[in-house]
Amino acid sequence: MAENAAATTEAAYASGGEYVQHHLGFLTYGKHPDGHWGLAHTQEEANDMGFWSIHVDTMGFSLVLGALFLALFMKVGRNINAGVPGGLQNAVELLVEFVQSSVKSSYSGHSPFIAPLALSIFCWILLMNLMDLVPVDLIPLAAQALAGNPHLSFKAVPTTDLNITFGLSLSVFILILVYSVRCKGLGGFLGELAFHPFGKYAMPFNLVMELPAFLAKPVSLALRLFGNLFAGELIFLVIALLGYWQFPLHFVWAVFHLLVIPLQAYLFMMLTIVYLNQASQHH
Amino acid sequence: MNLNATIIGQIFAFFLFVWFCQKYVWPPIIATLEARQKKIADGLDAADRAGRDLEQAQQRAADLLKEAKANSAGIIDQANKRASQILEEAKDKAREEGNRIKAGAQAEIDQQVNQAREHLRQQVATLAVAGAEKILERSVDQNAHTDLLQKLAASL
Repeated sequence: MAENAAATTEAAYASGGEYVQHHLGFLTYGKHPDGHWGLAHTQEEANDMGFWSIHVDTMGFSLVLGALFLALFMKVGRNINAGVPGGLQNAVELLVEFVQSSVKSSYSGHSPFIAPLALSIFCWILLMNLMDLVPVDLIPLAAQALAGNPHLSFKAVPTTDLNITFGLSLSVFILILVYSVRCKGLGGFLGELAFHPFGKYAMPFNLVMELPAFLAKPVSLALRLFGNLFAGELIFLVIALLGYWQFPLHFVWAVFHLLVIPLQAYLFMMLTIVYLNQASQHH
Repeated sequence: MNLNATIIGQIFAFFLFVWFCQKYVWPPIIATLEARQKKIADGLDAADRAGRDLEQAQQRAADLLKEAKANSAGIIDQANKRASQILEEAKDKAREEGNRIKAGAQAEIDQQVNQAREHLRQQVATLAVAGAEKILERSVDQNAHTDLLQKLAASL
């Protein structure tokens, strides 16, 4: 497959830069400037579609992987027994217990929503990140063959799409707002932003200090996940340009990346728990 | 890198998945885990209790054994005492019985002796009469001399 990729690389792309550029594009669906809806054929067309377009590839994989996670866990949950667990049930229980202990250690209040939330985040992001270990050309080539278009852009790793990571972090941000208002009341929440840390006479100064810190939460969440995975993907792409040297290098980078993948999923989950804990606590 | 409606799609997907997970995926798994934890805790508890029970039972068994030993020692003591008592009683009885038999025998002997003496006395009387007859060559009127003869026999 890698050899195939190398051949494709030489045939289809004038330069390595173009190869990388092409692999960073998305399969975009939206409204063309002339008014009809459809897939963008080039990156320029995709850019022209503006906000009301959607990345079919990353969105699709995100949905499929999320559904895969839910289906898998639900199947195990259906046939679960309290006796000696075996096989898949063991793995699922391990994950659930791991998530639950993380929540218990970091979330001081009692909310039955936090643990399933953390589990969903961890497993979903983990699965999306794991797509990074699929050889970089495999899925795009399959998509190109299916579509019959050798210049089709197709991105299989959802977490290398800023939209997906921002979608996740903004959802968490919405939850932070909901929890803050629910636990402290709207006044309490706004008061915390306005009258902290220097009392009410320094309100503008307080706001200048607190608001960026507050707004930085979703941004840092999204950018951390995106940055790590995007960089990993980029390195895979660059390695793929190296001819036969790519075999050992791919292996080395994949092993290294194997650390990053669960770590980033774990970080996202833990930070979500910590942020929600802050949101539901009075100072 | 465009930001576009994928964000909104992802947010919808996020809440849908999290809601689904919270509603249908999490509860059965966590219920089972808690059930198993409870089962294990109960099991450990039961094992603890059984250990304590065993200790108590051993203690009680040891106590019972000690008590039984003390009892049996008492019983053996008593039995020994009773045995020697019975032996003593039996000896006494035997001695008494022996004395009684001896006394009976003595009485019989005495009686026999008296009878023999009586008999002998009568024989002596008859013999004396016969001797006297022989000596006197004539019959002595027995009736006339009965008192005399009887006096003679009594003096024997």
